[in-house]
Amino acid sequence: MIEERLLAYDYDEELEGFGEPETPLADEPSLSGAEKGALALVGLGALSLTVQTAGGPLAGTWPGLLSSLGLLSLGAVLFFWTSLRDTTPGIKHDGTFFRSLLTRGGLGWLAGIVMTGFYLLLYWFPASLGHSDAGEPTGLIRVVDPLARPLTGYPASQWFLYGVLYTLAILVFGVRMLMKYRHNRYQRLRTVSVFVFQFAFAWLLPNLLVKLRYPYMEFNGVWPLKNDYLWPDKVLGFVDAGAMGKFLLIWALAAALIGTPVLTYFFGKRWYCSWVCGCGGLAETAGDPWRQLSNKSTTAWAIERWLIHAVLVLVVLTTAVVWADHRLGLFGSASGPLKQWYGFYIGAVFSGVVGVGFYPLLGNRVWCRFGCPQAALLGLFQRVFSRFRITTNGGQCMSCGNCSTYCEMGIDVRAYAERSENVVRASCVGCGVCAAVCPRGVLKLENGLPGDRFDGSDRPLTALTESFRRPDIYGYEPWRAPEQPD
Amino acid sequence: MHVAILGNGVAGVSTALRLRERLPDCRITLVSGESKYHYSRPALMYVFMGHMRFEDTKPFEDSYWAEQRIELLRAWVTEVDFEERRLELHNAPPLSYDKLVLATGSKPNRFGWPGQDLAGVQGLWGLYDLKELYDNARQTEHAVIVGGGLIGIELAEMLHSRGIHVTFLVREESYWDNILPKEESGILNELIREAGIELRLSTELKEIVDDGAGRCCAVVTGEGERIDCQLVGLTAGVSPNVDLVRESPLAVGRGILVGRSLRASLPDVYAAGDCAEIETPEGERNLIHQVWYTGKMQGEVVADVIAGDEREYRPGTWFNSAKFLDLEYQTYGRVGLRVPGEENLFWRHPGGKHAIRIVHKEGRVIGFNLMGIRWRHEVCERWLTEPATLDHVLDHLEEANFDPELFRRHEGAAREAFRSALR
Repeated sequence: MIEERLLAYDYDEELEGFGEPETPLADEPSLSGAEKGALALVGLGALSLTVQTAGGPLAGTWPGLLSSLGLLSLGAVLFFWTSLRDTTPGIKHDGTFFRSLLTRGGLGWLAGIVMTGFYLLLYWFPASLGHSDAGEPTGLIRVVDPLARPLTGYPASQWFLYGVLYTLAILVFGVRMLMKYRHNRYQRLRTVSVFVFQFAFAWLLPNLLVKLRYPYMEFNGVWPLKNDYLWPDKVLGFVDAGAMGKFLLIWALAAALIGTPVLTYFFGKRWYCSWVCGCGGLAETAGDPWRQLSNKSTTAWAIERWLIHAVLVLVVLTTAVVWADHRLGLFGSASGPLKQWYGFYIGAVFSGVVGVGFYPLLGNRVWCRFGCPQAALLGLFQRVFSRFRITTNGGQCMSCGNCSTYCEMGIDVRAYAERSENVVRASCVGCGVCAAVCPRGVLKLENGLPGDRFDGSDRPLTALTESFRRPDIYGYEPWRAPEQPD
Repeated sequence: MHVAILGNGVAGVSTALRLRERLPDCRITLVSGESKYHYSRPALMYVFMGHMRFEDTKPFEDSYWAEQRIELLRAWVTEVDFEERRLELHNAPPLSYDKLVLATGSKPNRFGWPGQDLAGVQGLWGLYDLKELYDNARQTEHAVIVGGGLIGIELAEMLHSRGIHVTFLVREESYWDNILPKEESGILNELIREAGIELRLSTELKEIVDDGAGRCCAVVTGEGERIDCQLVGLTAGVSPNVDLVRESPLAVGRGILVGRSLRASLPDVYAAGDCAEIETPEGERNLIHQVWYTGKMQGEVVADVIAGDEREYRPGTWFNSAKFLDLEYQTYGRVGLRVPGEENLFWRHPGGKHAIRIVHKEGRVIGFNLMGIRWRHEVCERWLTEPATLDHVLDHLEEANFDPELFRRHEGAAREAFRSALR
């Protein structure tokens, strides 16, 4: 006879779900002395920043900068360091789905609104941050002024402020990543890499170019993500800037025409998206706490494929139009508005406001997944012409779903793993977190032979056309236990 | 043809999906009183710990089942009328079938301990147990877990993550040492204690104490020590869940008795997964396989057999994996079985969190254990099937490594240790 307690069980797990267990001891505050000290530094820094933004003492001086953003960053770094230091090394996701900030609760929405709001001010109301076209910067921008002048030779602008905050965010949350994944060397090296590329390639060197009156360029920026790097204005600027300018032009061309296909062939798109790219760098550090919010449904996947390839087509067309316009005067003045339109909707609204501002609402790779034309291009290479894949380890998968849950790109990794198929997806940025969170050692990011990635992967063109027809089928010969007497 | 499948765990679902592949026209009904949709049972712990939401444990989108034309019926079956080929359902009209697949899973063992039926005493197997755990944890500051296996350590980790003090009673002198060799088991003893879980080895449960209102308030150990607690987790293994058919004409031993083709004793009745006990005509011990992949394989065998193929369940080289707190474990082949003539090579990293065991016999490898190191299934299986010589394996350890890229590699140190042990 079936147990009485089972007959009495009629809990509706679909409707009521399983939230945070109410347990008597879990809610006790557990901040250590060191953590409190670190938070005090954050508070002091924030206070100093507020006072200086309002034009109070120390504004625009080195002591001012160090006592505001300096203390804030130091405090945050120490906080992550001390709070993670005492945990045992390993995956620490306890309570992730119980935290309002991380699951689109009130705090999550608040964070989303604050971050979106900052981008709105930055792009369209820089005066509110202290920008002035004619005179000296005031407000928040003035705080970073003492750094801007020696580095760039100019007073600070809103973009200089943005660069400083961006780099600091990658540093602070990079330390969090280093501590969180200190048992995982792939994650550690990757985090160091994104910080170094952001600090040196995207911040220090470009600002030195400004100081030396060369055209501005971020050395880890590649067309079509940096859409204008191969547009006439920029290219002519490079050409007119002497030997250095020529070098920059060659760099930009080499990155787009050689780096993209060759490196992607050998390593997959991860060489860029999760090791080099600035957007990826922020997503992998400051965005990491929200990676679980990416939508895993097949509907979201369909939207992704249409949207991201549409942006790729758009940027290629826009590039063609601006060049045709430039060389032949074909479209009259049409290319001007087109450039502006692309810059506004794709460059500012999509990649900035939505791409970063919506981290706490849609996950940390919204832009990379749905909008980035560079990711789309690298993805096409990765899908059909690359050695990269995520290998599934035989029959070890037990479908728990940690991999899919923590995939920032919304890939249902489990769907492949449980069928013992390799994961070969255009969107995978190779962050390696699926392999890290897997409790059974099922997943491994690898650069193997192109032909053994999935059935037919030695015929890339056929694979490409097939992927348009039925993108959900990758038919790699699944692992099957051999029939044998035991 | 209408195939009713009882149980929507991995065995039942694997049957249904393979059956749909093989027989596009047959009617398939998946019956479960536990959940509306298939979810991953091993992931229950992650829901409680907040790593995932319940919906994230479902391997398929809800719309998938309609696309596959697999009917889902949420109901408990109270009786099977094998004569009339009909399932009697709790609070629902009966369901007729042509073929029946029983995939009813397991249930936690209860060894007749005094007080084992008190409120606050529970196992962890199904969604109903998870719900019960939510209810019981509400008033728990101290929990006692009895039985040192995989579910026990999972339950300990779950409760510990919520700030509950956990005392873990293990009857054996070292954690899970009926399965693990003493070195691996010793590593886990250390690990459990480092995590802040109170591990009591060589300690038996004598009785669970009633608080006077029908709820547990303490346990008493074999040595007479009383440990106050508000929750008792019974995790001393699981047994096939045969409650439904125990009193029926169907032949039942420890599990539902089936042959290698998973046919039960009555026509058109099959069993797959944890609940099946496979009789071995070879005269060996009957097989009860209770892990994820064997459930999957058995489900697929049943589907093929129903579709008309004469297939047998032959799981091949044994393998399994688990994660103990932060430490991953994999096993392949025959380890810890005390095979006559076997010899063991064991290497442990000085840091303590990586270990490799190679079991060999007459110069050939027969099993591997890995802790804190991932090995490649395909390679292990090839080596064990051939079987490869010990020499070959020691020369090619790198081939088996499946750790993430850029990880520190240990093959060199391990090989050196193995070679010097052999000298």
